[in-house]
Amino acid sequence: MTEHLLEVDDLFVEFRTRDGVAAAINGVSYSLDAGQTLAVLGESGSGKSVTAQTIMGILDMPPGFITGGRILYKGKDLLKMPESERQKIRGAEISMIFQDSLSALNPVFTVGDQIAEMFQVHRGMSKKEGMARAVDLMEQVRIPAAKERVKDYPHQFSGGMRQRIMIAMAISLDPKVLIADEPTTALDVTVQAQIMELLQDLQRERNMGMILITHDLGVVAGVADKIAVMYAGRIVESADVLELYGKPRHPYTQGLLDSMPRVDSKGEELYAIKGLPPSLLRLPPGCNFNPRCPYKQDLCLQEVPQSVEVAPHHMSACHFWQEVARD
Amino acid sequence: MTDEPILQVKDVVKHYPLTRGIVFKKQIGAVRAVDGVSFDLRKGETLGIVGESGCGKSTLARLIMRLEDPTSGEIWFEGEDMAHLGAGAMRAKRRHIQIVLQDPYTSLNPRMTVGDIVGEPFDIHSSVVPKGDRKKAVQELLEVVGLNPEHISRYPHQFSGGQRQRIGIARGLALRPKVIVCDEPVSALDVSVQAQVINLFENLQDEFDLTYIFIAHDLSVVRHISDRVGVMYLGKLVEIGDESSIYEHPTHPYTQALLSAVPVPDPVGREDRRRIVLQGDVPSPANPPSGCRFRTRCWKAQEICAQQEPPLVQIGTRGGQYSACHFPQDLDIVANEVPTGALDLSQMPEE
Repeated sequence: MTEHLLEVDDLFVEFRTRDGVAAAINGVSYSLDAGQTLAVLGESGSGKSVTAQTIMGILDMPPGFITGGRILYKGKDLLKMPESERQKIRGAEISMIFQDSLSALNPVFTVGDQIAEMFQVHRGMSKKEGMARAVDLMEQVRIPAAKERVKDYPHQFSGGMRQRIMIAMAISLDPKVLIADEPTTALDVTVQAQIMELLQDLQRERNMGMILITHDLGVVAGVADKIAVMYAGRIVESADVLELYGKPRHPYTQGLLDSMPRVDSKGEELYAIKGLPPSLLRLPPGCNFNPRCPYKQDLCLQEVPQSVEVAPHHMSACHFWQEVARD
Repeated sequence: MTDEPILQVKDVVKHYPLTRGIVFKKQIGAVRAVDGVSFDLRKGETLGIVGESGCGKSTLARLIMRLEDPTSGEIWFEGEDMAHLGAGAMRAKRRHIQIVLQDPYTSLNPRMTVGDIVGEPFDIHSSVVPKGDRKKAVQELLEVVGLNPEHISRYPHQFSGGQRQRIGIARGLALRPKVIVCDEPVSALDVSVQAQVINLFENLQDEFDLTYIFIAHDLSVVRHISDRVGVMYLGKLVEIGDESSIYEHPTHPYTQALLSAVPVPDPVGREDRRRIVLQGDVPSPANPPSGCRFRTRCWKAQEICAQQEPPLVQIGTRGGQYSACHFPQDLDIVANEVPTGALDLSQMPEE
């Protein structure tokens, strides 16, 4: 088997809280190649962000504990590396942009200072060199009048422009992997379109691998190469984008697709997945999705379904995937 | 649904003054949050209002509820101008217009039980339900919105986001209102829960003969639920019409740009999908552009657009569609028709 750029292999993460142990990630595996966009799709609490934080090494530990699995970057296990080595990878080789740009940027430093710091810390440049690179990067992310605006503070930018600053910081050291955690969720739809366009262009120019974490099925359909759908800390289905939207083979994916109102048709009553996502403190026995599933049978209460290849590169973790077919 | 208006909004304006100085305050300008909006709300319909942050859609909701006093303009409901009613008369009237807010985490008092929250409207309008029957009435309301009536003495934190939104809806329904203003009622919810709540809104409308004003930034949700749709930009209504007119025959460039930016949850044909990417950001409502407010970002802008404000006039042959543009052009954006001269995707945004 060829080596992937990044590979998450059977990862387990739990949070030990006062109320008990929350099983946040329960055996997640995915891989990413250069130039590829992997979308990790899921609702709040599905573990999509926790996986990303574990890859970055920014998970709060405690309360978080990694209880199993490997994260291979260029064949080396990040989880076994000493912190000093991980620091060289974090931000430089694998970088991340966050949803809330106002709280991710430091309000008391200019945006130029913050971008330049990347070069000062990782590349040993002087402040002056760093600032020159900052202007350069701000132009690359299409911020108008970058030369003047480099001395502005985060609050002086609009939400969309701040997100561009974050992207500038994230790509400053030419990372091989970019993790974008809900990068457009807080933005208006016209600005969202601008930012997604920018991310795609940068990815193409630099041949980066991108992990796009989102709950938005629309955004995913526009940019992803392949998709992993997460539910209660597990990947329930993964496939190439066309395959997944065209032939979902897991009831949860199918339900999500059917519950989306669409701008291009009026549609009838929406399909609604009944019930609520489970508490991670008390996951249901067997398949985690069984309390909400229309295909449920006795087997689903007893056995956790294993991920099986239902078509080339298409995995589904459902006992009855053959019955799940979209009309 | 009939054409008879239940609520009429007439040229409503809300300016928030900008002041300088503490002792000798003087006004140096105004944020024109809502700047002359008029529309009729027809009995039994759902009117969707869409627009981006800062376009004034939430201020409009607060004005209709009269949680804010308008700077000028009139809001007619059942033969009375609510914008100028006295406090007592207003209180009686407000029973018929209720609001459901966006954030189910901050709009419910964490120290009150669900029963107290849903039943509180009865304290103010004590004639609606006799005192002895209140608990029963609250339990019925909980059942109507799909919550367990036995949970009446629980607190909001014991519920999930979707359930909390149902509590907010139950509170809105308590006084049997005629109109419910929904301000981004599903945007804080996850996809699977969002569909449940949208369906609930639709079922309640049939059951209780409600008229909705449904404010949201998600154009897909608005299309799904609305009979008519109004598009707002910088405090103005730029286009309004039937759902099918707005989504299939938008004529205002801003409506077209908004629609083209909405991601379609279908990867088939995505390479051919064209988008109008607008330049820059929305200008400040404290200092809106002269003439047409959209002209600074519009690919059709000409001299007249800076000089004359385009009025909202009826357009097309479908009837009931109004657009505020000097150069309206009917285009099916969602079906990938691209306006001539529209902005290229790779162009630099300006601020």
